[in-house]
Amino acid sequence: MFMSVETALKIGIFAPLITALLVPFLAVRVNFRDAAGPIGGVISFIAALHVAHDVLQGGVPEWTILTIADGLSLSFKVTPLGAIFGMVASGLWILAALYTTGYMRGNHETHQTRFAICYAIAVHAAIAIAWSGNLMVLFIFYEILTFSTYPLVTHKESQEAIRAGRLYMAILVGTSVVLLLPAIIWVWISAGTLDFTPGGILAGKVSADAAPYLLALFAFGIGKAALMPIHRWLPAAMVAPTPVSALLHAVAVVKAGVFTILMVVVYIFGIEFISQTEASQWLAWLAAFTILASSVVAITKDDLKARLAYSTVSQLSYIVLGAALASAAAIEGAALHIVMHASAKITLFFCAGAIYVNAHIKNISELDGLGPKLPWVFGAFFLGALSIIGIPPLGGSWSKFMLMAGSVDAGMPIMLAVLAVSSLMNVYYLLEPVARGFFKPQQKDIHVDQHFLTIMPPVLTAILSVMLFFFVNWITPFTQMMVTP
Amino acid sequence: MITSNLPALIVATPLIMSAIVALLPSGALAWVITLLTSLAVLVFAVMNTVIGDGQPVSYALGGWPPPWGIELISDGASRLMALILAGLSFASTLYAKALIELEIHPKDQARTYGAWLLTMGGLLGLVMTADAFNLFVFLEISALSAVTLVAMGAGVDRRALIAAYNYLIIGAIGATFYVIGVGFCYAVTGTLNMADLAQRLPEATAAPVFVGLAFMVTGIMVKAAAFPVHMWLPAAYGYAPSAVSSLLSAIATKAAIYVLARIFFTIFSGLPDVTDLILKWILLPLSIMAMFGGTILAIYETDLKKLLAQSSIAQIGYITLAFSVATISSISAGFIHMANHALIKGGLFMAVGAIAVSIGKRANIGSIAGLGRAMPWTSSAMLVCGLSLIGLPLTAGFISKIYLVLAVMDAGLGLITALILLSSVLSVVYLWKIIEVMWMRPYQGPAISENVMIYGPLWLVAAANIFFGIYAKPVVDLADMAARAITAHALIGGL
Repeated sequence: MFMSVETALKIGIFAPLITALLVPFLAVRVNFRDAAGPIGGVISFIAALHVAHDVLQGGVPEWTILTIADGLSLSFKVTPLGAIFGMVASGLWILAALYTTGYMRGNHETHQTRFAICYAIAVHAAIAIAWSGNLMVLFIFYEILTFSTYPLVTHKESQEAIRAGRLYMAILVGTSVVLLLPAIIWVWISAGTLDFTPGGILAGKVSADAAPYLLALFAFGIGKAALMPIHRWLPAAMVAPTPVSALLHAVAVVKAGVFTILMVVVYIFGIEFISQTEASQWLAWLAAFTILASSVVAITKDDLKARLAYSTVSQLSYIVLGAALASAAAIEGAALHIVMHASAKITLFFCAGAIYVNAHIKNISELDGLGPKLPWVFGAFFLGALSIIGIPPLGGSWSKFMLMAGSVDAGMPIMLAVLAVSSLMNVYYLLEPVARGFFKPQQKDIHVDQHFLTIMPPVLTAILSVMLFFFVNWITPFTQMMVTP
Repeated sequence: MITSNLPALIVATPLIMSAIVALLPSGALAWVITLLTSLAVLVFAVMNTVIGDGQPVSYALGGWPPPWGIELISDGASRLMALILAGLSFASTLYAKALIELEIHPKDQARTYGAWLLTMGGLLGLVMTADAFNLFVFLEISALSAVTLVAMGAGVDRRALIAAYNYLIIGAIGATFYVIGVGFCYAVTGTLNMADLAQRLPEATAAPVFVGLAFMVTGIMVKAAAFPVHMWLPAAYGYAPSAVSSLLSAIATKAAIYVLARIFFTIFSGLPDVTDLILKWILLPLSIMAMFGGTILAIYETDLKKLLAQSSIAQIGYITLAFSVATISSISAGFIHMANHALIKGGLFMAVGAIAVSIGKRANIGSIAGLGRAMPWTSSAMLVCGLSLIGLPLTAGFISKIYLVLAVMDAGLGLITALILLSSVLSVVYLWKIIEVMWMRPYQGPAISENVMIYGPLWLVAAANIFFGIYAKPVVDLADMAARAITAHALIGGL
């Protein structure tokens, strides 16, 4: 290959950071500045592919930057799950960066340079999370991700945005410091290490009675996974410009949350230890509750982004459910769902933003008859929605199928019903915007722009969702490696 | 010659130079000499740390051997403290020039620098001495000169005089308590040398020893601004000249906390039952109250200097809490936080001082709106130090936090861990109040040009916050050595 895998690892992590550092200097020309994002995205995506390729060959790309103090090193080590998440975050960044340009310009937003810097730092943190070698490194970049996205959430600097920012910080920082950090230190004291190890590190180190409590510290400490009742920050964060909601609050940030939960279950607890001690049964029930409850809330929302946010809360709990069931098929389904939901949900958010920029509409009830005016956008929305519902030939059907199989394997067939009911509710609340757009008569004549850079990305991600159905065998080797060490 | 006299040079250089500097005719010249002196002290402190085999070095002043003569001790603990004090003094001195020129009358400037060096010398003496009475002398030197420095704030705000007066009276009570305690111990042992005291106290009559311990601890707690005897601190730091606030907040209370540790872990190491009682049932609860009390007061405070002072009380609470847990790893965590908090709070006070002189009025929540864009260098350095205060990863504050939590959890104190983390989350609230106003509001006011003499040193400290957040090994190792050195005399107990 043209570069060593360790170089690829470094490039993948640092390309977004260097992009962030270059943006203020490139800001003399807006075109240079706005080109930096997509170029940085392409570079880190290529690096992520290279790293993933090596993982597939059985390699374990590793890099230790330095030792912060004894027993605490800043090191990266790519697990199969990390390889998947790295590809998702960097690959979707390319499209999101293009989309950002179209959205911010079309919407005449201010402070675009600060926005571009924080956006790139957030992607850097997400990729570093994906490839982190131990829990402490993961925690470090988890916090950096929170702090770097704060200026994006409060971008409008309105009272509403600042209030949302406070809630965002309070929940994410509060839970991570009060619950996640002690959980990590508990693991450190018990096991003497924080490294992600196939098969886990806690078997025999933590008693079966204590395991559910430790898992609870993790599950509620990882606020980014938006498990109820700590999900409120996610709808609040929708006050941010849509590119933020699309890449960060549908992909990078929230996926970093469920990714962390999966990593903890698979590489810290170990699937076997979890299923033996049944430490995660309560979590499966809580995830099931979150799936259904947030779907009900989503139905009541008329604001398109708010509805998508609650849909995200629901979908994230699919992944938490998969982790909690801790059967091989369920874990694989959860990992697959990270990819499938990412491509589908980013499509939906891209579409929501495109509708806002081009037609200045936020509410679902005002979408009547808009379909023919923005056919590509509504078409992409339709495909994205189908993928989330889980209908073939779209990628989402695979992960849902695996999760269903996994719940039977884990001896909790009741979860089949939860998933089925959730799908039905998905049909109702995700297809309503499409139905209104195409089948209801238009009420008033609205001027509709056609900003190309806001329309092309959702179309591409919708196509990706279709392709993921046919080429799912690109990803399944990784998920199989997770469950068969 | 120099290497063998390092402990004495660290203390004597600033003391001698202060007399010279105070007589100089011009403030600018006095600053240059002060800066060179503090640089020399820093060099001595660094040499003192790196030279030698890590073993304690005893230095007999005037050649009179201990326990009769006055002894200076250079062990892991005093080395680290001298390094912290010297490093932060140097950064503060570098920063002081521009602010002292703006805030203090030209004919007072040279004398201010004289008092500045005297404070430094007194505090350095405090950490280097191995003699309990000599410690009292240094305590008085540093306190009287620090009161003078605080009173210099009267040129800007007359309330500095009341603050200085309170500082003087309360400080004098604290010092008196301490010396009474030393008197009791001297009466029953006949010695003033710390190591000698440590050996003789267990055999002495119990009652006077306990009374002595109580007086000494109370007196030093006043000096360290430990809750609930912290009342002098917010006003003293709040109304002192900006340069003085940054110096005192970085080094003054740290030296006193170190003395507290010396009392518990060196002088009274032979009486673990008694010290344990005081640590677990008095110092620990008080520390927790300080953590929450200081933080909550800071949340409701609107004046920035006072807010930082309230936050200092909470941070001192973390350090005393670490000491009161009294395991090697927790004492080491206390030292780590002393070093890191000096960097954090020194930087924050520097930034607030820079803001105050730039906008020409006291920095409070109303007057700093939009400064993020009007003063980018100062504000971004303040942001870095602020994020370090709340313990964002890759800053020094994070290292403090994890080592503190690790030590407390390892000691099996789960509830206290939860309280530490809860109060650390609450500290985000007051910091965020500042960040929102500085960065999320429009700036209305005249254009501000930033002075590199002010934001340069400030960025030096901010960069140290990042550096020691990423490469914490030197701090952690030195703190571990400090914890081992300070407990080296411990005869019994889990240490």
